[in-house]
Amino acid sequence: MRFAYIAAIILALAPNAHAYEIEGRHSYPTASGEVTLHIISTADINVFEPIILAFQQENPSIGIEYISASSTELMKAISEEGAVFDLAISSAMDLQTKLANDGFAQPYSSAATSSLPQWAVWRSLIFAFTQEPAVLVVSEAAFSGLPVPNTREDLISLLRIHPALFSARIGTYDVRISGAGYLFATQDSRNSDSYWRLTEVMGRLNAQLYGGSGDMIRDVASGQLAMAYNVVGSYAASRLQEFPGIRIVQFEDYTNVMLRTALIPTTATHAAESGVMIDFLATLTQRPALTALTSLPPISPRALGENNANRPIRLGPGLLVFLDRLKKKNFLEN
Amino acid sequence: MIRPFAQSSIRRRLAVQLSLIAAILSLAFYLIVRAVAGQAATDTQDNILAASATSIADALYAEQGGVVLELPYSALSMLGSISQDRVFYRVIVDGETLTGYADLPPPEPDFATYAYRGEPVRAVAVRRVISSGGQAVEATVIVAQTRLGLAAISSSISSTAAAVGIGFFLFATALGLLAAQSALAPLNRLAQSVKRRGPHDLRPVKAETPSEMLPLVAALNNFMARLKASLSQSEDFVAEAAHRVRTPLTIVRTQAEVALRRLEKPDDKKAVRAMIRAVDECSRSAGQLLDHAMVAFRTENLLTDKLDLGDLTSEVCSHLTPTAGLKDIIIRHDLPTTPQPFTGDPILLQSALRNILDNAIKYSPADSEISVSFGGDTAYEIAFSDQGRGFGCADASSLKKRYSRGINVGDVVGSGLGLTIAEAVARAHGGKIDIRENKEGIGACVLLILPR
Ligand SMILES: Nc1ncnc2c1ncn2[C@@H]1O[C@H](COP(=O)(O)OP(=O)(O)OP(=O)(O)O)[C@@H](O)[C@H]1O
Ligand SMILES: [Mg+2]
Repeated sequence: MRFAYIAAIILALAPNAHAYEIEGRHSYPTASGEVTLHIISTADINVFEPIILAFQQENPSIGIEYISASSTELMKAISEEGAVFDLAISSAMDLQTKLANDGFAQPYSSAATSSLPQWAVWRSLIFAFTQEPAVLVVSEAAFSGLPVPNTREDLISLLRIHPALFSARIGTYDVRISGAGYLFATQDSRNSDSYWRLTEVMGRLNAQLYGGSGDMIRDVASGQLAMAYNVVGSYAASRLQEFPGIRIVQFEDYTNVMLRTALIPTTATHAAESGVMIDFLATLTQRPALTALTSLPPISPRALGENNANRPIRLGPGLLVFLDRLKKKNFLEN
Repeated sequence: MIRPFAQSSIRRRLAVQLSLIAAILSLAFYLIVRAVAGQAATDTQDNILAASATSIADALYAEQGGVVLELPYSALSMLGSISQDRVFYRVIVDGETLTGYADLPPPEPDFATYAYRGEPVRAVAVRRVISSGGQAVEATVIVAQTRLGLAAISSSISSTAAAVGIGFFLFATALGLLAAQSALAPLNRLAQSVKRRGPHDLRPVKAETPSEMLPLVAALNNFMARLKASLSQSEDFVAEAAHRVRTPLTIVRTQAEVALRRLEKPDDKKAVRAMIRAVDECSRSAGQLLDHAMVAFRTENLLTDKLDLGDLTSEVCSHLTPTAGLKDIIIRHDLPTTPQPFTGDPILLQSALRNILDNAIKYSPADSEISVSFGGDTAYEIAFSDQGRGFGCADASSLKKRYSRGINVGDVVGSGLGLTIAEAVARAHGGKIDIRENKEGIGACVLLILPR
């Protein structure tokens, strides 16, 4: 490691400095220390650190200040409080789309971004760099002797047949809290009718609601949960080693694929360096060693094509519908 | 009046005018296509925006004394499906913003373009009246979209139109050049055919020409006919004059001879002899002039008779044998017995041969020999070798000029036209006269060379 870095986690910040809440702050300064790129991101630092280090190895003059926050706080920081960030990275595609649509992002284009598939870029404003399917995580112990469901219909009938087995043992996102959960849920509702029946069944079985995937996976591994529905696949995959008792199921009727995206806010002071970072992220496919470290699946139409049911969630104004005040209210009521 | 193009080439003028027309047409094409495409793209966007706004309006319903909206996914996703444009919407019910972007201004009229959030947007408003709780409330749905996709479509159509326009212009210009070239081809042909003519060829132009050029060709032909007439008139005049002079001269000479015999005094005799000599010169000149005029006339419309050169030569030799006999000169002709076929004018050829042989006799001393022989493989070479004074170092080409005589002539009578006549005849038949020294050392050798 050529460059020493300091990772400082400041959990409690002066509350009146800004109204949005952050989860962590990590600094990666450089020897020259000329430019510091301020990144606000929804990704855990553990997931993103290898990328930062590899990036700095290629661009030793760019320091990085990494702030992690929830997707709603990220949205609030940029759209309401005008916080100064050079790059906003989020898995909440709807919120990223809204930021770009409402004029909080600035355009960028390069050879690297134009080599991305069409569905991974919106308007030269939003750039996807990972493709993360929503998966079902099941506990192998709970499913011993039971068929593992491959479609939502299978899952519904399984739950109906064995209500006792799964009562209070199903985990899913609390769509009120989790941006990714809301995104998956809205896409589910759009893709199939079975989703409403599934939520009904899960509601009757007293499904447990979680704010993040980490806890959900842990509880599946511990056997407290028999399964977790709509977990971000990359998180699950990264925990497989840690928790050998879990198994990942990709549904065959359809699988929503969430795209983790980056945009350059209009407030950015180092837009050029942000562009360098976006180029780096857009070419993650060419760095298999790095992606193995991060467990973030890079954009790859080929990998996507391996499962016919994979459907990347489309960036664009369609996502705005579910952010509509009334719509969101109606959806959450249901 | 100033005519700027009067001097420049017709072809360039035609080409410039044609390409100018092509340029105007191309430009018109480009502008029209751009306008039409722009309008079509705007219409398309308007239609989609209206569809989107209508689908939102359709999803409005009254519930529990209020108006509720179930925003359909397709309402906004349909806008995203054709382009990556930013989308804004606003639903106003009874003057209050129900949902959407509260600062989005209603378009005036229902379809309008204005700037919103730093970008021009196309906005559409759809109005509905909804009865809520027994009361009619007015709802307005506004959907707006940036014009990026529109700009992309019209710029792609524009650049295609521009490329097609430029292509059309280049193609039309190339065709214009070709057309100018081909339109002027008959003119060039005429110029070439007139240029190719020999100096004495005054025949009318008969080549087929386009009707526009007929007046020019007619004028040219008319002009040539007049030229020809005036030329032949002057030739006729020379011939006439020579003829008219010759007869009185013959009478003068006869009378002088008669007088000479009567005269006693040597001085008187000398004077009359000088007079006779002058008359001889004069008569010779008149005869040669007549011959020359005849040659000039006949070469113009050359006869193409089949004849035998051997026969012709021996005829001329025997014709001049008496003249040679006066000086005891022997003409030795060594002529082939086989036929020597040739196509040409026998009278002209005789005249040429006669002049050459006449020179040989004239410029040879008494008691000498003249040999006439045939030779040459690729061409006929009729050689007249004498044992006379030879050409010395005189310049052969200048001797062939009109009225030019050598310095070696002494008291030999002559006009200086003989070789000119022979040369004219040879040239008319595609041959030439060659002047050399006799191979045997003394004397001259003159060759008439004609193509076989
Ligand atoms: N066989 C010859 N031997 C020597 N000189 C010759 C011979 N033939 C021609 N010449 C020279 O060439 C000149 C030109 O000849 P040409 O026949 O044209 O004229 P000419 O004989 O003087 O006059 P005429 O018109 O009466 O024949 C002559 O003046 C003479 O000097
Ligand atoms: Mg002569």
